[in-house]
Amino acid sequence: MEETLKPSNVNDLVQIIEWAVAGVHPLEIVGGGSKHALGRRMQTERTLDLSAFSGIKEYQPEELVLTAGAATPLVDIEAVLAEKGQMLAFEPADYGAILGSTLRATLGGAIACNLSGPRRIKAGAARDHLLGFHAVSGRAEAFKSGGKVVKNVTGYDLCKLLAGSWGTLAALHEVSVKVMPSAEKIRTVLICGLDAEGAVVAMNQAMASSHDVSGAAYLPAALAARSGVSYITDVGASVTALRIEGIGLSAEARCSALREIFSPLGYIEELHGKNSHQFWREIRDVMPFAGDSRALWRISLPPTAGARLITRIKETIAAEAFVDWAGGLVWLAVVAGEDASAPVVRELAKAEGGHATLLRAPGDIRAAVPVFQPLAPAIAELSTRLKESFDPTCVLNPGRMYAGV
Amino acid sequence: MRMPPPDNAILSRRDTIAEGLRRIVGEAHVMDDEASLKAYETDALSAYRQMPMLVVLPGDTGEVSSVLAFCKREGVKIVPRGAGTGLSGGALPLEDGITVGLGRFNRILEIDYANRAAVVQPGVANLTISQAMDAAGFYYAPDPSSQIACSIGGNVAENSGGVHCLKYGLTTNNLLGVEMVMMGGEILRIGGKQFDSDGYDLLGLITGSEGMLGVITEVTVRILPKPPVAQALLIGFPSNDNAGRCVADIIAAGIIPAGLELMDKPAIHATEDFCNAGYPLDAESILICELDGPEVEVAELVHRVGDIARSCEASSLRVSESEAERQKFWLGRKSAFPAAGRLAPDYYVMDGTIPRHRLAEVLARITDLSKEYELQVANVFHAGDGNLHPLILFDSNVPGELERTEEMGGKILKLCVEVGGVLTGEHGVGVEKRDLMGEMFNEIDLKQQQRIKCAFDEGHLLNPGKVFPILHRCAELGRLHVHGGELPFPDLPRF
Repeated sequence: MEETLKPSNVNDLVQIIEWAVAGVHPLEIVGGGSKHALGRRMQTERTLDLSAFSGIKEYQPEELVLTAGAATPLVDIEAVLAEKGQMLAFEPADYGAILGSTLRATLGGAIACNLSGPRRIKAGAARDHLLGFHAVSGRAEAFKSGGKVVKNVTGYDLCKLLAGSWGTLAALHEVSVKVMPSAEKIRTVLICGLDAEGAVVAMNQAMASSHDVSGAAYLPAALAARSGVSYITDVGASVTALRIEGIGLSAEARCSALREIFSPLGYIEELHGKNSHQFWREIRDVMPFAGDSRALWRISLPPTAGARLITRIKETIAAEAFVDWAGGLVWLAVVAGEDASAPVVRELAKAEGGHATLLRAPGDIRAAVPVFQPLAPAIAELSTRLKESFDPTCVLNPGRMYAGV
Repeated sequence: MRMPPPDNAILSRRDTIAEGLRRIVGEAHVMDDEASLKAYETDALSAYRQMPMLVVLPGDTGEVSSVLAFCKREGVKIVPRGAGTGLSGGALPLEDGITVGLGRFNRILEIDYANRAAVVQPGVANLTISQAMDAAGFYYAPDPSSQIACSIGGNVAENSGGVHCLKYGLTTNNLLGVEMVMMGGEILRIGGKQFDSDGYDLLGLITGSEGMLGVITEVTVRILPKPPVAQALLIGFPSNDNAGRCVADIIAAGIIPAGLELMDKPAIHATEDFCNAGYPLDAESILICELDGPEVEVAELVHRVGDIARSCEASSLRVSESEAERQKFWLGRKSAFPAAGRLAPDYYVMDGTIPRHRLAEVLARITDLSKEYELQVANVFHAGDGNLHPLILFDSNVPGELERTEEMGGKILKLCVEVGGVLTGEHGVGVEKRDLMGEMFNEIDLKQQQRIKCAFDEGHLLNPGKVFPILHRCAELGRLHVHGGELPFPDLPRF
């Protein structure tokens, strides 16, 4: 059993990392523990439990900024924001259901893994919302970057680098994020019965319209049938969903406009507030593939290539897929087998200008197959140098993203 | 401004180096005569001037790569330059350095409407991108006030903002990919047309790195459909306090305007004299609030903002009834800098960000500084995101006045940091705010940033002397200073 080290303040954290560096003891960084099964499997001696760095430190709604301990559970943050009619606009995903974890996802974890939900296409990713942070590097040095204001170009933008670094550069313990007003009204227009190709065309047409679509996803019939929203299961066919958010009159006007545009394509249905919330949470958290033992790929690619990629993969292997981000994000389930069909998925994703991450697979597959798309050699070398600049002895989440990083 | 001392060995080889560069880019694209070099001696921070050793204008990525590889071999420093409109001296030449101009990279390579992306060369002007797609109903959102001239490559280097970034983000939030040449000539392609890139977010790191990590040779930007309607309100207030409260109330009401600009009395008067935008001269400050989106939404939000303004005791309120009137509201704001230029022989634009709720207090303290230094100040403010632009008016022909202006400017920026803000919201650090970096960051923070520089450019050849007040050698920065081989806290909870 791995030993857990649990610092209660920044000094402790610095001392633990000093100790880890001096004796080269690799550490797995944990906030809430919900993402243990994500990323490459690591060989770490100890767990560095940051759960003490929890709680909201500063929140002024009219400044649109919130500062909190990195291990603050997302549900707590979202509850406090909701009281003031605000939200994390990047719609952080909680992959607990697909990973079989009941532990609570944290703000720091969502940022460290740059996990963004359906609104990413309109509001940006987690990385776009991190304004500043405090962290301890693998040099056992407490440092900071960014600030607590929404507009800042002072020095290198380390917020971007730390977001999506999967804990391999520094242990984040405090973060300041940009928050945004929640929409007064949310509606979802459903176009029923399209195939993936037709859906991707329709979604991109909607995104190119001035109707300010904040979510665009496609579920084939078999996956739509797994929804907890009866309006979706009752359709009995595929659904192409377009989310509209805003003040009441505007949301209604834009919904009618979209219905009119797409009614020639098929039967149109509409979800109102509560069902919309539930449906988009299902998409955000990849619920169509929850309680499923297959390996799961998360593929990011140019939006219009989404449907073509699915077709090409299905020509080669058995797979099931749904689409978010107007085609720019493909969730693909395949039989785990020996390698989760990594060579096929990777090659085809790359050919379409995208990259594939093995989001869910048994540990032995995640040890045998690169979890993240291998990098071009020059970028891999640069990444290694960046890792060295923060964590020269590789004690922080070593190998979580790439071997040697 | 103290810059790294020039290397005489390099200066003495100037002709040989010029010859080497001519072999790469051709005779016509290397400049070494005084008249040509003169055009490059400063950017838009014209208080600082330095003639470059040479100027080279490569024509494609291959040439940039060869130039950088050559310069690394020869140990020659490089200063990349876009349109030279930067306001922090990021493109200030080095006496022993080569200014690499990207002006020949002036083509839009592809507009991919279906994926809402455009691939452009770095020398293309910001506004040109939007103009090229205007007929199709698209635009590129970040709009720095120099957008008619500033280049997209420069925007990437500085992470430029503009009046619409509260709603639409800065440059960094609107980029999808870049092609970049490293100091040794290696060509990297980062990102593409997909939303999220793989690996470390190098795109985010490079954006705003002020030309110190690489030379950008291609940019893929995200483009957006144009909002169907835009309408602006011009609101006068009896005090800065009322205006500041109105800004907070608009945002607290859940409204994110496309633009939310504040001007104080001196700025109002200066611009009104300059262009007759119709601003209320009796107001202590005005807000321009622009709302865009579907027609029905804009109409409703105009109504709501009007109510909020009245509850903040607005002394006047006008709503634009036509596109021409909306443009007229903006005319004054957009003329603020040239208007200030008529009040005094010189003006100095500051650029700090503050938490919005400290606005009235900060403006009052700037007024105190103005009296103390006997220098007039006009304030324009991207109020929505807290980005303050005090314009200090001065006369550089009066001995000591530039120095007094710089000292006062430094105090304003320190004030921004003191109230919880930052040194620069959109203009960058460059040479201008370099020596103030210690106000915001301690030595450990700055050393970690410099280690990143070392990961890209170990020899400190790319735009050295900018951003960091002290240049540390990479070998020194790389050393690990850690003591403590024991877990020294028996009381630490472990399980």
